[in-house]
Amino acid sequence: MDNWRDGIFEAIKAAGVTQVAYVPDAGHSRLIERSIEDNDLRAVSLTTEEEGVALLAGAWLGGAKGVLLLQSSGVGNCVNMLSLARTCAFPLVMLVTMRGEWGEFNSWQKPMGVTTQAHLELCGAACYRCDRPEDVRETVETAFRFAYYTNSIAAVLLGQRLIGAKVFEEPAPC
Amino acid sequence: MLNRREAVRRLLEDRGDMLVVAGLGQPCFDCFAAGDDPRTFYLWGAMGGAVPTGLGLALAQPDRRVLVVTGDGDALMSAGAFATVGVEAPENLAICILDNERYGETGGQATHTARGADLAAMAAAGGVRKARTVRTEAELDDAVRALRQGAGPLVSVVKVAPESQPAALPPQDGPHLKRRFRRAALGVEDK
Repeated sequence: MDNWRDGIFEAIKAAGVTQVAYVPDAGHSRLIERSIEDNDLRAVSLTTEEEGVALLAGAWLGGAKGVLLLQSSGVGNCVNMLSLARTCAFPLVMLVTMRGEWGEFNSWQKPMGVTTQAHLELCGAACYRCDRPEDVRETVETAFRFAYYTNSIAAVLLGQRLIGAKVFEEPAPC
Repeated sequence: MLNRREAVRRLLEDRGDMLVVAGLGQPCFDCFAAGDDPRTFYLWGAMGGAVPTGLGLALAQPDRRVLVVTGDGDALMSAGAFATVGVEAPENLAICILDNERYGETGGQATHTARGADLAAMAAAGGVRKARTVRTEAELDDAVRALRQGAGPLVSVVKVAPESQPAALPPQDGPHLKRRFRRAALGVEDK
């Protein structure tokens, strides 16, 4: 039941995206691979997530739509750069794969994971959370409409329950 | 040491349909002093954002020259973006870094370039092989030509004097700057 991953790709294409800014991520790996293979998409690998916020502001100045793929930990890296999108009312869609919540084994993921939505909302983003595969495509489509009609930031939080929590190889402590 | 206002004036003179992204602080003021143009997008904040904004614009408009004019502090903050520019390698992207070796807006504290950091070498190491440091008028002549017309991506780090310049403040309203840029550059009328 991984069809939701293709659903995101189809929603991106339907929205008219041409720039896909990403950091490497297991949850987004299929989407990244399909974006790289698609001749009509420019998949731009970033060294840090805030580059993507600025990159997509530049894209819109040049008439191109984009999407930013990142993990919950990367939301923290974006905080000040999101002032660019907010102050200038740039449309921005962020697709955030969650860590540090459902089934997490790595305590270092927790500080950003449990506060991702609060961080984004403080930065002025509208957040749409997804935990069920059947909701994903419609939610991504809705985020694009919101961002591009209202010139604002929309983030889709793809829950760890949806993506599948990373499995720790050692026996669980309880 | 070169004069930053004069360098930027020459860079933007008779600019044709060139699109410009100006980094926060003095580079914004230098671009405005050279003559306001709706196709200059002034960043009043978002430090570290000038180079990646220019990259997104260059990828979106591959047939137009895109020039980023920014400072050493901003460029140091987005050093990783040199590697992203190196990988994407847009031929239409030129980056001019006005390097006064100071954080001019915060009291003139030394940046790392005053203490040995070499931005041209960092850009080259990130894959932007056409990267150089400009110290003389003759080198500036050549750099202005390359930044305006040479095949990119390229970076010129122009060593400029740290003295303060007369105030020249561009518009600050973000949605206005965005709308007028898109109107002038693309002919689109945002609602």
